[in-house]
Amino acid sequence: MEKINCFHCGEECVDGPINYSEKSFCCTGCKTVFEILNSNDLSYYYDLEKAPGISPKIREGKYDFLENPEIIEKLLEFDHGDSQIVSFVIPAIHCSSCIWILENLKKLHNAVKSSQVDFPKKKLRISFSSKDLSLKELVLLLARIGYEPNISLENFEGEKKGIDRSLIYKLGVAGFAFGNIMFLSFPEYFEINEFWLDQFKHIFRWLMFSFSLPVVFYSGKDYFISAYKGLRSGILNIDVPIALGIAVLFLRSTAEIITDTGTGFFDSLSGLVFFLLLGKFFQQKTYSFLSFERDYKSYFPIAVTRIFSETGQQKEEQVPVYKIQKGDRVIIRNEELIPMDAILIKGDAKIDYSFVTGEAEPVKRKRGDRLYAGGRQQGSIIEVEALKPVQQSYLTELWSDEVFSKDKSSAFQTLTNQISKRFTFGVLSIAFISAIFWMYYEPAKAWNVFTAVLIIACPCAIALAAPFTLGNLLRIFGRYHLYLKDTTVIEQTAKIDTVVFDKTGTITSNKRDNIKYEGIELTEEEKELLSGSLRASNHPLSRALYRVLQKNNISTPEVFNEYVGQGLETSSKDLSLKIGSAAFVKKNVANASFFAQPEELEKTSVHISSNEQYKGCFTFHNSYREHLSSLFNSLAGDKELIILSGDNDGEREKLEQILPRGTRMFFNQRPGDKLQFIKDLQNQNRKVMMVGDGLNDAGALAQSDVGIVISEDINVFSPACDGILDARKFGKIHDFFGLSSKAISVIKWSFILSLCYNLIGLGFAVSGNLMPVVAAILMPLSSISIVGFTTLATQILGKRLKN
Amino acid sequence: MSIIYMLLAISVVVALIFFVAFIVSVKEGQYDDVYTPSVRMLFDDELIKNDPEKNQPVNKEKSN
Repeated sequence: MEKINCFHCGEECVDGPINYSEKSFCCTGCKTVFEILNSNDLSYYYDLEKAPGISPKIREGKYDFLENPEIIEKLLEFDHGDSQIVSFVIPAIHCSSCIWILENLKKLHNAVKSSQVDFPKKKLRISFSSKDLSLKELVLLLARIGYEPNISLENFEGEKKGIDRSLIYKLGVAGFAFGNIMFLSFPEYFEINEFWLDQFKHIFRWLMFSFSLPVVFYSGKDYFISAYKGLRSGILNIDVPIALGIAVLFLRSTAEIITDTGTGFFDSLSGLVFFLLLGKFFQQKTYSFLSFERDYKSYFPIAVTRIFSETGQQKEEQVPVYKIQKGDRVIIRNEELIPMDAILIKGDAKIDYSFVTGEAEPVKRKRGDRLYAGGRQQGSIIEVEALKPVQQSYLTELWSDEVFSKDKSSAFQTLTNQISKRFTFGVLSIAFISAIFWMYYEPAKAWNVFTAVLIIACPCAIALAAPFTLGNLLRIFGRYHLYLKDTTVIEQTAKIDTVVFDKTGTITSNKRDNIKYEGIELTEEEKELLSGSLRASNHPLSRALYRVLQKNNISTPEVFNEYVGQGLETSSKDLSLKIGSAAFVKKNVANASFFAQPEELEKTSVHISSNEQYKGCFTFHNSYREHLSSLFNSLAGDKELIILSGDNDGEREKLEQILPRGTRMFFNQRPGDKLQFIKDLQNQNRKVMMVGDGLNDAGALAQSDVGIVISEDINVFSPACDGILDARKFGKIHDFFGLSSKAISVIKWSFILSLCYNLIGLGFAVSGNLMPVVAAILMPLSSISIVGFTTLATQILGKRLKN
Repeated sequence: MSIIYMLLAISVVVALIFFVAFIVSVKEGQYDDVYTPSVRMLFDDELIKNDPEKNQPVNKEKSN
């Protein structure tokens, strides 16, 4: 069968294409979007990009909570009269077609006044009139064309963080002053004792002085603050010699122009601050569409369906989750999340805890059983009674642990700060020794030499080496889908000696594509009917199973009944099949004894009976990620590897076969245990990297030196961490380690290079010959060559990663 | 040569105008999203139909 791809979303049309207006679509959802766009003259969408769409998936009643006035109020940014503004994060935004269609929303509904996309943040800001279009209708409109907004408990908090633009301002001020001072100081570089220059040099100098004021007191203030903080806590960080350099530059230059003894070094001063801030700016690579600070709030829903009885009648209402009190009855639908600890009252619960506890298989719960927050119901509707409010559930209490309030990066001693201690002592002793020497030799020059040493030795180039090397590497990693929070993570990574992996979702893939059949072999007719029946069903397991079955001859069932949460009953000619859960198939089966062992029933499986005879079951196994074994083998050379799983030890033997000897394994670890485990390792002076994926790893990720989250879809939720790695690049972890340690040697080489420049400059300074023009050439030259060297070196390293 | 005072004043004023313009544009958030406007400007204002030559597809771009 030739592959036909959907015109809208580009996915392969598995069920055979739906043809409409000479185009093929994979599902009715995609077709509907095309119809909507086409009928509104918006088909330019398809000219911009090939198959740009996203297949819409809406669940009935999912957005009912948007009718609650309290929630609406929290979501709206602006609300007055018939003018409302709302911002949504839409993970589906991915190409220029998306920008175009979302900015043309007003053509779809005339209540929308304007809409603007922020592509890097994947944000859409809509201005609309709620008289003609309610918030719920707006969200449904977006969802219908495949751009479903992400609304979570985080939105409810409503804290709009102001954007910090102070660095850009500081950079702007420094750059402005640098350029102007350069112009003003140029005449005095070469012409000495020229008639006109002597006339005007005073005004030039005072102008330079006034330009330098905002550079020192505004742009450079962070260096003074940081140096002061460092000194108070007894650390000689790199900002101490920088602040010293800036202060000495400014004071000496001012003294020179007051006493009319020289031009001063205002050009070098403003250049220094400008280059330093440029380094800081470069280092600040942010992935604005990702968040590294998430907690359970961005995972939890904003509202739940509460039921209450009024005059004997049961009624449903949508309430914000924070309103849920102990004893409230709440309805949880298929695929919905349980936001608080609760007791099951009604219905068959099959809860997927994989994200919370790491258990791979969904667990069944009976009436009266306790359900924990964070589980996802799979199957029919259930009714639960809240045991605690949301904030006090077992899961959310994990976030009260102190590791979540601790700032990890502040405790880390960077390479630059390590070297700055020796550097500062070195520079100060050279300054004092040469000053003492000149005191005896020519006392008039002593002050001059002392300050010149401090000026020329200002570690501008050293301070730039790490930001540019690591900033470049951060961008290279980003290209390979490893998104790191900041540059200190790279330095930390280079030091790691122990790597701890979570099991479920981390070293196993979430895709359940490893399916095995056990039981009596199916006949050809049964296979054909099975494929035909599965094709008609929308249940995730049916879809997954259908994908792996042969599709040569498919017979369409004549009778087809789907029982939600149970299974399918189909028949064709004299053959009838029952496909579904064990309990469903077990009913009316003659040979029930054929049924597998009880523990088998716990697994995710699809059972089949044919003409009331039990046949067997397809069991879904989580498959291990590609390259798992080769990754572990290459890491095992110089690092200790540990598996820390919340799941039971059913897979231990299999793991022992795949993984290298010496890999330690721990099972049945609860979130708190994982955190403690990492803490114990660190107490043994280990540098630990935690690789995890779910909420259950959140504590361990925060406690570890480097916490990396593996994510199948980087747009969906991931817990707070230092880096997010696209699951497809799992096998590259070893290369990332190698690159990080190579980056450290690049930084060390640039230190040596910049020390050479410093030695040349010190030669001028110590001999008392430091002219402003020498400083003005040497300082930018050293900075630019460091930037050039680090950029070149990291690019070469990046190329190697590709090969 | 006292014209130089005048020239200095003018040059500083011109420089300040650009500086203030920069600060204002940052404050208004023009530098918050530097990617989307580059895509937006490529869209045609009106739909051009029956002329596939002109509607050349834009290269697939992704943000870093």
